[in-house]
Amino acid sequence: MLDEIFTASVFAATIRLATPYLFAALGEMYAQRSGLLNLGVDGIMLVGSFAGFYQVYQGGSLLEGVIAAMFVGALMGLAMAFISVTLKAEQGISGIGLYLFGLGMSELLFQSLLGTPRTVSGFPDIYIPGLSDIQFLGIGQIFFQHNLLVYVAFALVPISAFILNKTPFGLNIRAVGQMPAAADAMGVSVSRVRYITSTIGGAMAGLAGASLSIALIGAYQQNLTSGMGFIAVALVYFGAWRPYGVMAGALLFSFVNALQLQINVIGFDIPTEFTVMAPPIITILALVITSKSKEKPTELTKPFERGT
Amino acid sequence: MGQGMALQFKHLHMNGIVKQFPGVLACDHVDFDVQAGEIHALLGENGAGKSTLMKILYGLYRHDEGEILLNDEPLNASSPTDTIARGVGMIHQHFMLVPSLTVVENIALGLREEPADASFISRLRSRSVLDLGRIRKKLVELSETYNLRVNPDSPIWQLSVGEQQRVEILRALYKGSELLILDEPTAVLTPQEVDDLFLILRQMADDGRGLIFISHKLHEVINLTHRITVLRDGCRVGSIATQDATKEILAEMMVGRPVVFQYDQDAAKRGPVRLSMQNVESVSDRGTPGLSGVSMEVHAGEIVGVAGVSGNGQKELAEVIAGLRVATAGSVTALDKDITNAEPAKIKSLGISYIPEERMVDGIIKDFSVAENYILRDCTTQHYAANGLFMRFNKIKDACEEAIRAYAIKTPHTSTKIKSLSGGNIQKLVLARELSSDPQIIIASQPTRGVDIGAIEYIHHRLLEERDNGKAILLISEDLDEVLLLADRILVIYEGQFVGEVDRDDVVIEEIGKMMAGSAQHEMA
Repeated sequence: MLDEIFTASVFAATIRLATPYLFAALGEMYAQRSGLLNLGVDGIMLVGSFAGFYQVYQGGSLLEGVIAAMFVGALMGLAMAFISVTLKAEQGISGIGLYLFGLGMSELLFQSLLGTPRTVSGFPDIYIPGLSDIQFLGIGQIFFQHNLLVYVAFALVPISAFILNKTPFGLNIRAVGQMPAAADAMGVSVSRVRYITSTIGGAMAGLAGASLSIALIGAYQQNLTSGMGFIAVALVYFGAWRPYGVMAGALLFSFVNALQLQINVIGFDIPTEFTVMAPPIITILALVITSKSKEKPTELTKPFERGT
Repeated sequence: MGQGMALQFKHLHMNGIVKQFPGVLACDHVDFDVQAGEIHALLGENGAGKSTLMKILYGLYRHDEGEILLNDEPLNASSPTDTIARGVGMIHQHFMLVPSLTVVENIALGLREEPADASFISRLRSRSVLDLGRIRKKLVELSETYNLRVNPDSPIWQLSVGEQQRVEILRALYKGSELLILDEPTAVLTPQEVDDLFLILRQMADDGRGLIFISHKLHEVINLTHRITVLRDGCRVGSIATQDATKEILAEMMVGRPVVFQYDQDAAKRGPVRLSMQNVESVSDRGTPGLSGVSMEVHAGEIVGVAGVSGNGQKELAEVIAGLRVATAGSVTALDKDITNAEPAKIKSLGISYIPEERMVDGIIKDFSVAENYILRDCTTQHYAANGLFMRFNKIKDACEEAIRAYAIKTPHTSTKIKSLSGGNIQKLVLARELSSDPQIIIASQPTRGVDIGAIEYIHHRLLEERDNGKAILLISEDLDEVLLLADRILVIYEGQFVGEVDRDDVVIEEIGKMMAGSAQHEMA
């Protein structure tokens, strides 16, 4: 029975399903490393997924769909920065506000512009020449037969690690998240860094939404994300604020998702509630383990004010 | 020595600087100047305006009036970026270092590296990729020139306080600072580390740099500097050449009245043991050993002083006695009762008072009024609350007013929020509250940190009075001068252990300094 569950297609689905988690969580990681907790990721994903879908549904190209999703995402990230950096509002509450805004806005747009769930033909799978034919352990099928956004999402992991650890910008982000007063004293603008990371985070959350609606599913319906954005926020903690950790978390969660689908397919009777409960339980365990991480942005959620 | 390159800095003038904060005139037409090769002390009590003036110079605050001239050219800085570019550096009292970053990374923070050549590619490269190798190389050269040894690849959290300060100085030198502001740089150092620091500072001045040394430790100022400017209540009291200065003159300039530096105290009349600890161990906040086998006794009628460099177990020691931290081994006995890991309330009710190190966090509730803070620990007693339920506001007000009179606390009213009081007045209120219950044992942790000289004098007198009344007092202080001044017996703490005990009459400061740095540990063991 195990060989029925752990098939190459389950692992391929794991890779595929990790995409939205990866985009959203990597983006949120930038914001959190700079000290901003954006709980509204799911709301941004919803609006982004609608914007991307509607652009394509109206006859726009897939690239235009991606741009539309990232643009509205960036706008919402900018709004979050304005609320929490400039107005210094409580981040937990404003993030929930942003989520509710996104939920309501996507619902409203859906009702008035679509009415019923619709489909589009999304990003096609790209078979990497040569590599996609590898039969050994199903490697070709697992890794090299995916749509463009899947490759982009995984490419962003080493890129993010490079940006965080090897560039002046990444150094600024890390400093601002742990000791904004030090960054400020060294002439780094705390507000500017947080505005940029929040905007990046928003754009990537929008992209995460698009990766659902115009790549993974190719359809739009109400509350398309069903809470994936919140998982993405938790994944940042899970990954201890490191890109590869975030990737490990995204894969673990998408693996649980893929298993759940497969178990349903082969008709094995496990209540789906168990698989729904797994993510939060894993998250809580991970939080206990990672709470002592040295990388932790200790100034998370705290607005910065000079001279205290 | 020197770097073999000519420095640009000639002199700095700050003329008629005014800075108004809501409700406070922090700087009132202050004049200040520094010349190349000079170490100029800026002296004053907390709230005198020293830090504000320097933050204005460094570009962290904007002044309302006045002008700043660096080499006769205006310095109109809107942020530290501008001042750093003009060669001004600042060593902050609370180190501006990011704990998880390495030494090199901290120095790279905010740094604009010059591109190797003018081509587009190398310009892009220098802005988008960190060249830590290049920074490390220059850093190692600098640290050899000035004998500032530190491992460039250690994360900051692994470094000692003295090493962290070296990183701060190295960073300022790296950025080409020729005018250096040092905000209370000796507060966290051992006497030997202070000597080392002074050597480096003198060398930097000899190279032609200008140094501004902010401090309230008079002997250090007299020891190190060339000229001294004193501020009081936001105004410049005056400047004098250091060779003409004495402690008495400076203190009078700071406080506005003569100050006594030696108390006439009688020999301690030691009574029975009141407080004792046997092989106590505990864990610090960081999860490392906080106390590793501490044993000691405090008798009635004596002050036992605990000297040591910050972070060697002082906090854990006080908290274990007060019941705020778990002792993982050993026992604590007070007034012949075992109080190991007892509830704080029980420990207090036995007659043990605790004046906490972090008074703004553990001593008071900032947004409560003076009166509310005064009755915090006794608010459920019959005296302040009928049947422990309903507050007796008149009695509370009367008691608080009496304390305000007795301890000369400056506050507009008993209902004033305590956070608007000065550090000295807050500490006096904490002291008033903690002594109001007539305790047999007093644990005083950093009782005068951040407190002005006038209040320090008062607090010292109160502690000596309590001693003469037969109380057992444990004085934990990182200010060695304070311990030497008050304690009848001095215990030196290092890495969670007592490494030496010295009687008041046998004090040799160098010996204590060595013990504080841990070098006498082997002799003890």
